[in-house]
Amino acid sequence: MASGITTTEAADLQSAASPPSAPILDVNGVTIQYKTKEHLITATYRVGFQVFPADRFVILGPSGCGKSTLLKAVAGYLQPVEGEMRLKGNIIRDPGPDRVMVFQEFDQLLPWKTVKENITFALTNGGRCDNARDAEEIAMEYINKVKLDRFENTYPHMLSGGMKQRVAIARGMAMEPDILLMDEPFAALDALTRRQMQEELLQLWEDTKFTVLFVTHSIEEAVIIGSRILIMSPHPGQVKAELNAHEQSIATIGEDEFASLQSKIHNMIFADRVLEDETLPNV
Amino acid sequence: MSEIKAISLFVRPEFENRGIETAVVGDIERRLSVWERVSNMDPVRKFSVLILLVVSWELYTRIGNVNELMFPTFSATAAALVKAFVEEGLLTNIWNSLSLLLTGYVIGIAIAAGLVVLGVWSRFGADLLTTLTAMLNPLPAIALLPLAMIWFGLGSSAIVFTLLHSIIWPVALNTHAGFQSVSETLRMVGQNYGLKGLPYIYKILIPAAFPAILTGLRIGWAFAWRTLIAAELVFGGQVMDTSGQLGNEDSNAGGLGWIIFANQMENQTPYVFAGLFTVIIVGILIENGIFRNIEDRTVRKWGMQKA
Repeated sequence: MASGITTTEAADLQSAASPPSAPILDVNGVTIQYKTKEHLITATYRVGFQVFPADRFVILGPSGCGKSTLLKAVAGYLQPVEGEMRLKGNIIRDPGPDRVMVFQEFDQLLPWKTVKENITFALTNGGRCDNARDAEEIAMEYINKVKLDRFENTYPHMLSGGMKQRVAIARGMAMEPDILLMDEPFAALDALTRRQMQEELLQLWEDTKFTVLFVTHSIEEAVIIGSRILIMSPHPGQVKAELNAHEQSIATIGEDEFASLQSKIHNMIFADRVLEDETLPNV
Repeated sequence: MSEIKAISLFVRPEFENRGIETAVVGDIERRLSVWERVSNMDPVRKFSVLILLVVSWELYTRIGNVNELMFPTFSATAAALVKAFVEEGLLTNIWNSLSLLLTGYVIGIAIAAGLVVLGVWSRFGADLLTTLTAMLNPLPAIALLPLAMIWFGLGSSAIVFTLLHSIIWPVALNTHAGFQSVSETLRMVGQNYGLKGLPYIYKILIPAAFPAILTGLRIGWAFAWRTLIAAELVFGGQVMDTSGQLGNEDSNAGGLGWIIFANQMENQTPYVFAGLFTVIIVGILIENGIFRNIEDRTVRKWGMQKA
């Protein structure tokens, strides 16, 4: 299953020396600062990257590298103080349904709405559906995709953590956004469920080839999920490297290339930690 | 050193069960006995407590040879209650009280809602709301009645004014606190789907803060009910002294508080008890019939409050 994806995609990439199309998301020299009560904190400093259609673009870094802040800025919740972010050429100013965010927290589902209503709520308020019947049809389609049929009339508090995240993913995908933003969506799940969810996400990607920007702090998850990995260094967040991981997937776990990519990334992040300890005595 | 023994691993052979058999512990689900099930029913237990209280009341007043005027028997009180309902139009008095209460409740909630919306929209509004609440919430509403009588005279508008005071602050305070405790994630989800302004308030904030809002509505109702009865008692006194526009005995226009007051003046102690009971019964009916029902259909069903 997964090995099939990687070979076809690899062929595509080799043939495309120049980009096949314009990037969906173009982040250029973005510096983000935010204020706490006493400090002005620079979360990211002049970060730039490009996400192309059907990318599984992973932002990976240790805590404090501003990866979540960067994702929130792409979602439109924060404004950069320098640089710009363009979605399909348009500068990002506000949150909007063309970039749907899937959060880590389980309380991202509206507890007063059933699984189906959570999705139809997004569809009708997000402006994708005008009438309730269309919304219901689309909602059911995506509920089936994440294998939650029979649960469509259940309230979120009756679901397990993994099921809640599935609903959130279904809600995000049902909106068919230009880009799906995922902020460590599996971090609060147990290890077995997390692996299962990673597998299902890749399966869904194979079905619809959506574009996803995925933030994680797990190197293994980055290598499994990502087709391309952006590695960030902390304090403030800066781009350290961009690596290809499209040849690695669930199917290649335990193989040599998977392990060597994993240790390569590990060394990059680890080297950074040592440097950080030496150069920032005042922190 | 020699006393510390080196502990070595005890390596045991591995095993794997082939085909796990059906458990032999008995039924997986077994019905409890009738007695256990009955004693698990909340209403049954509470009703038994009630019976116990009534029986001890009756026994105390009969055996203890208590003065009827001080403490009537339960049977006399019950008879007075039935008589008041059937012959003396107690239902009208109840309705008089409730309609005043409803008027105050609706206006009070509208004012509280306005204050809270102001508080959501601007920092000044939030400061105004919290300061006003902090100042006025500790002031018992009934203390405003004399002032209300100067401003509005002897009549229902004076009572409604006092009721407003007992409703606005708890409702506004709880709703505002509820809004503030709505999680950042839910707020971001709402904004993600393009919700702003009023739709954002009623589609995200109000349902998400509903447990707190419901608490506020409950407290407001309970304060208002107590205030209303107290205000009617005071008015009862006023009416006796003056010509009696409200609660004139022939017109039967007074509320429950007035009934209690009027019967006390006539030394009809069983009717005083009956009036007090009516206040309790109406209170319980509204609490269990309305608020409990809303709670079951909303916050409990949504799992926002433990069952």
